[in-house]
Amino acid sequence: MSASVLPYTVKPHPVTGVYSGKLGTWLFLASEVMLFGAFFSTYVLLRVGAPTEGAAVWPTHEQTHLSWKIGGFNTLVLIISSVTMVLAWAQLKMNNFSKARLYLIVTFVLAGLFLVVKLTMEYYPKFEAGIRPSTNIFFAAYFVLTGLHALHIVGGMVVIGYFIGPGASLWKKDPEYFTNRIECTGLYWHFVDLVWIFLFPVLYLL
Amino acid sequence: MADSHADISKHVKLYIGVFAALAGLTIVTVLASQVDFSGPGHVVVALLIAGIKATLVAAVFMHLKWERSGWIWWPLVLCAFFFVVLMTLPTLVATESRDRAPAGTWDTIPVREAPAHSGGNAESGH
Amino acid sequence: MSHDEHHELSFIRKYVFSIDHKVIGIQYGITALCFLFFGFCLMMLMRWQLAYPGQELPVLGKLLGEEFFPGGVMTPDFYNSLGVMHGTIMIFLGVVPLLVGAFGNYVMPLQIGAPDMSFPKLNMASYWIYLCGGCVMLASFFVPGGAANSGWTAYPPLSVTATTGQTWWIIGMVFLITSSLLGSVNFIVTIVQLRAKGLTMFRLPFFVWSQLVTAFLLLLAFPPLEAAGVLQLADRVLGTSFFLPEGLVISGQQLVQGAVPSGGGNPILWQHLFWFLAHPEVYVLILPAMGIVGEIIANNTRKPLWGYRPIVYSSIFLGFMSFIVWAHHMFITGMGTSLSMFFATTTMIISIPSVVILTALVISLYKGSIRFNVPMLFALSFLPMFAIGGLTGLPLGLPASDIHLHDTYYVIGHFHYVVAPGTIFAIFAGVYYWFPKVTGRRMSEGLGKIHFWLSLIGMNGAFMPMFFVGIAGMLRRGYDPAAYAANENLLGMVKMSSWSVWMLGVAQLPFILNFFMSIVAGKKVSANPWEATTLEWSAPSPPPHGNFEAVPVVYRGPYEYSTDDRKDDFFPQHLQAEA
Ligand code: HEM
Ligand SMILES: [Cu+2]
Repeated sequence: MSASVLPYTVKPHPVTGVYSGKLGTWLFLASEVMLFGAFFSTYVLLRVGAPTEGAAVWPTHEQTHLSWKIGGFNTLVLIISSVTMVLAWAQLKMNNFSKARLYLIVTFVLAGLFLVVKLTMEYYPKFEAGIRPSTNIFFAAYFVLTGLHALHIVGGMVVIGYFIGPGASLWKKDPEYFTNRIECTGLYWHFVDLVWIFLFPVLYLL
Repeated sequence: MADSHADISKHVKLYIGVFAALAGLTIVTVLASQVDFSGPGHVVVALLIAGIKATLVAAVFMHLKWERSGWIWWPLVLCAFFFVVLMTLPTLVATESRDRAPAGTWDTIPVREAPAHSGGNAESGH
Repeated sequence: MSHDEHHELSFIRKYVFSIDHKVIGIQYGITALCFLFFGFCLMMLMRWQLAYPGQELPVLGKLLGEEFFPGGVMTPDFYNSLGVMHGTIMIFLGVVPLLVGAFGNYVMPLQIGAPDMSFPKLNMASYWIYLCGGCVMLASFFVPGGAANSGWTAYPPLSVTATTGQTWWIIGMVFLITSSLLGSVNFIVTIVQLRAKGLTMFRLPFFVWSQLVTAFLLLLAFPPLEAAGVLQLADRVLGTSFFLPEGLVISGQQLVQGAVPSGGGNPILWQHLFWFLAHPEVYVLILPAMGIVGEIIANNTRKPLWGYRPIVYSSIFLGFMSFIVWAHHMFITGMGTSLSMFFATTTMIISIPSVVILTALVISLYKGSIRFNVPMLFALSFLPMFAIGGLTGLPLGLPASDIHLHDTYYVIGHFHYVVAPGTIFAIFAGVYYWFPKVTGRRMSEGLGKIHFWLSLIGMNGAFMPMFFVGIAGMLRRGYDPAAYAANENLLGMVKMSSWSVWMLGVAQLPFILNFFMSIVAGKKVSANPWEATTLEWSAPSPPPHGNFEAVPVVYRGPYEYSTDDRKDDFFPQHLQAEA
């Protein structure tokens, strides 16, 4: 009845070669790809479909108030957090729990940094300047896309926070199981990073 | 996937290398956006770089490089295919604005008397 | 957990927040049956307005209140709300939760010899999120302006400018989508990882295959609708205009200002994203139904399914193709001719695997010694009903004929033949068939036969006329058929349809009675009353926690009936051949 009675929660299945959590995570990510795919598709449609002249042309970089410096900084923050995440897993594999935990904490802090930058240096000044999602179709797309991405970051922070805090006790009971769960968390976290890798050039540079 | 200590420390080196590549590519993509390409050059370059970065993350950080399980690969292939299908939507929609039925085509249905307060739903249909 | 650790679970953990797939399956089943009946009741109300437009609804009209029934007559807006809620409830709260949540959850792990689903807690979460979504949908009846009234397809711009109910509808849908996604991950992982020893993919019962393909459809098709829902929510709540075209004028008021620097969005985009889900969704509604029918036909003809592999390959192909036919719902949006051609072609192609499956099921009957018990009667009638539904779909997949038929009652007739006498009959068949596994008792055959014959008549009486009135031009979603001169000669058939629907309602009474009576007083039966071969019948009825007394091992394919070298006419999958 507890999950551990089920086969292949920890050890990989001899035929399929994966443990259940990993397969589940990948399937979940496949659905996430379709989710963001629909958003990107919408963005492309709106952008390509925007009139090339008249009042409703697509805004220029000056008009969007998006700074590639802030965006680029946040990109680096997320990339570093991805590295620390995968290093946390590597440390667990080498049986080094305290180092792994340190890396997890760094990942958590970087994720928080991303959000703080996003909120205080991007969203807030825009709201100050009276810019809303309803301002125009560009900001509609901008706020919905980055907002949803930010929600994914928050979700990741909850999970990582859990494994830094109460979830960490699993390490003592079943180190392999714990390592697996960190691997799955990592998969999700890298995916969130991957989405941003596309969002950054699409919104800030093009 | 290889599990021994030595292998993992080799991995760690790889992770750091990939990190350097990702950071470098981020700078390249910013620089490239300042260059004046003609036509759709910007878009191509930016998406190409993003594609390389994404591949690096997926292959190394997400361990796809070492992944042998068909049960992970096949769903991803399927998903990639349908993703491409989704990305054709903008083109599909663009062709639809042509060849519309002329306005008023449906106004010719004889109406005996309008229902009391019409639901306002007639045109939306489907 | 091992057996010696016998700590008692509290009532709440055992029956309410249970993580046992069987309890969750039953929870899904009961909840979804209630929703199904509720959605049907909405339709019985609507049929009054269609049969007797503008006349006071006897008794109920007064009870339902002045807001929606001034003077006992339903308002057009309320009619629209009922239509939306009927469609939404039937599909997302009734049929899918029954096929996947109830049958999938209860039967699939048993059929693969697993102790439970791969992620039991996730499984529990799916159910509770589903219930939340259902409650949000029901609650939306009570918000100002009533429940959503812009069609179950929620096409903008109407849906964006509609009353508050539409916002609730979107939120409800987001819950339901989330629940489905969690469920589908769980189903795929379970089927991949937890099959019993010896149970290779091609020894899986067809029902399990159908669940696997269905889970992939849910996994990959639902997210775009979730995205579209979020965008529509933003349009309604944040004042964006993803789906509102620039310069849209409603009642003389310009809604989307040609804002500087960029303006409106694209209403057609919603249709694309919506149908990108909704076409695969129709295969979600039919594949598990075929799975159930396949199990029952093999069991009651005492023969292996004819063409097991072609059936399996066809369902995989069907699942794949279902992602690239969606725009056949949109021929009249003004799509270019080459695109129309493309989607018409893929639609014709996708009909082939459906026909293969149906044909194989029909051929399976040939030379069988058929037992006409109640599950088999429902399963048998599924075949012609689904055939009618499927064949009438072909003219809808061809642009030339679809332009005439689109948005008429013909469409309603077509897909109801698929989902009502098709899928709903398969669901009934499944209830009668697996009831002994769940309760250890059988449902009454007599009451079951009354239920079957009355339902068969009711269903056909309700839906057959729709083809005729539809071809004659009566429009779907119309509040008052009598308002159009062209419908004058059709009103008789509309009345006949309505009376059949009410008769169908009465026909469910024997079922309800049978269901509850059999739980307490049905005839007690052995663990394998149908003498079936698949693994679920090797577990005790009802199966205990952990399902099997000994870990099952599988030695053969799923349908080894009437094999020569045995004295019984069936050879269960888990029995070893005598040396
Ligand atoms: C078995 C009894 C059922 C009856 C008598 C029935 C009857 C009807 C009728 C008459 C309509 C047309 C309403 C209108 O256009 O004004 C309708 C619409 C619809 N029904 Fe059913 N139905 C039944 C079962 C189902 C089931 C099982 C499903 C789905 C699984 C379903 C899904 C729908 C949908 C999606 C619509 C379209 C609503 C729209 O046009 O927006 N129905 N039904
Ligand atoms: Cu379709």
